[in-house]
Amino acid sequence: MAEVLQQDPMRVTVLRGGPGAPMRPETFEVPLYESQTVLDVVSWIQQNSDPTLSYRFACRVGMCGSCAMMVNGVPRWTCRTHVQKVLVGGAIEVGPLRNLPVIKDLAVDMDPFFDKWVEAEGRHHPTRTRDDGIAPIDPESADRQQATAGIECINCSVCYAACDTVAGNPDYLGPAALQRAWTLYNDEKNADRGSILDAVSGKGGCHFCHSMGSCTIYCPNELNPLAAIAGLKSATARRFFGRRDR
Amino acid sequence: MTEFRLYMLQRLSALVMAPFVLLHIGVMIYAIRDGISAAEILGRTQGSVLWFTFYATFVVAVSIHAALGLRIVLSEWAGLRGPTREITSLAIGLGLFALGANAVWSVTAGGTS
Ligand code: SF4
Ligand code: SF4
Ligand code: FES
Repeated sequence: MAEVLQQDPMRVTVLRGGPGAPMRPETFEVPLYESQTVLDVVSWIQQNSDPTLSYRFACRVGMCGSCAMMVNGVPRWTCRTHVQKVLVGGAIEVGPLRNLPVIKDLAVDMDPFFDKWVEAEGRHHPTRTRDDGIAPIDPESADRQQATAGIECINCSVCYAACDTVAGNPDYLGPAALQRAWTLYNDEKNADRGSILDAVSGKGGCHFCHSMGSCTIYCPNELNPLAAIAGLKSATARRFFGRRDR
Repeated sequence: MTEFRLYMLQRLSALVMAPFVLLHIGVMIYAIRDGISAAEILGRTQGSVLWFTFYATFVVAVSIHAALGLRIVLSEWAGLRGPTREITSLAIGLGLFALGANAVWSVTAGGTS
């Protein structure tokens, strides 16, 4: 392991609890190492101070999207967040992701987040069968550029936790699911544009977005769900005024 | 009505209101540049189909726009759902319409011109 950076340990306050046990803060002292991430800190606590601490991670390199937590009140991917960048006066606070039910401590139930991907019609509608050849796609085409813009989403739910509309409206599909719908809408291999527009026009649809852009500010992959949602809004308006979709 | 249609109705009512607000303020500045009395205002508005139509349309657009906007605020900030929310926002829309219609009628009805 890397060198301990200083004599004084950092103070890490972890919000703990779950159903049946109200959330309460618990503070741990953790040695500060070089290049240490927030996920390293949480793991250190679990391995050295309290083995009952629950949290979730898998890849540790920013690919799987399972390690997101609230750090000092804002959502972050903890495996790629350096502690030294977020320490305030030698302390940090770590809590479970906002807008999702807590299972225990830092592990949240992500089902509502993924269920909304399906609700937003975030599934493929093929234009061809397995017996047909592969459709040639021009990577430079305008539609493909739009689709490519959102393709690197790692389903981390950071944007969902950052969104105040999700907090105020439990039906709202949220930035990631809507961005996925927009990606598929622009995918030339996707056949059913109309059903996507229907799915994003309901009581939790894209029209509830307030366009304040917290999703885009906090997305760790620098994606732009705000722009995707604006695209869906104008696509639904164009359809309203009679433009036909393929 | 679907959420999407309500959304379009709110955006379209805003589209109607925007030029009306500018015209309303523009005419006000123009009309009072040398001072104006209530009698002079009523002299121009009473019996005028033009001003009646202008402000009546304005009032309808405002009632729709404000009621639909507050409907969302009521649900996201006050947690109102279902019929409670629909009835409250409908009452707001009708209330605004009643106030506005009363004002429009008061300044445009009657007169001689
Ligand atoms: S821009 Fe829309 S989706 Fe993004 S955080 Fe704001 S309300 Fe949520
Ligand atoms: S859009 Fe960004 S913040 Fe939202 S789930 Fe995808 S990667 Fe995470
Ligand atoms: S552990 Fe996979 S993204 Fe952080």
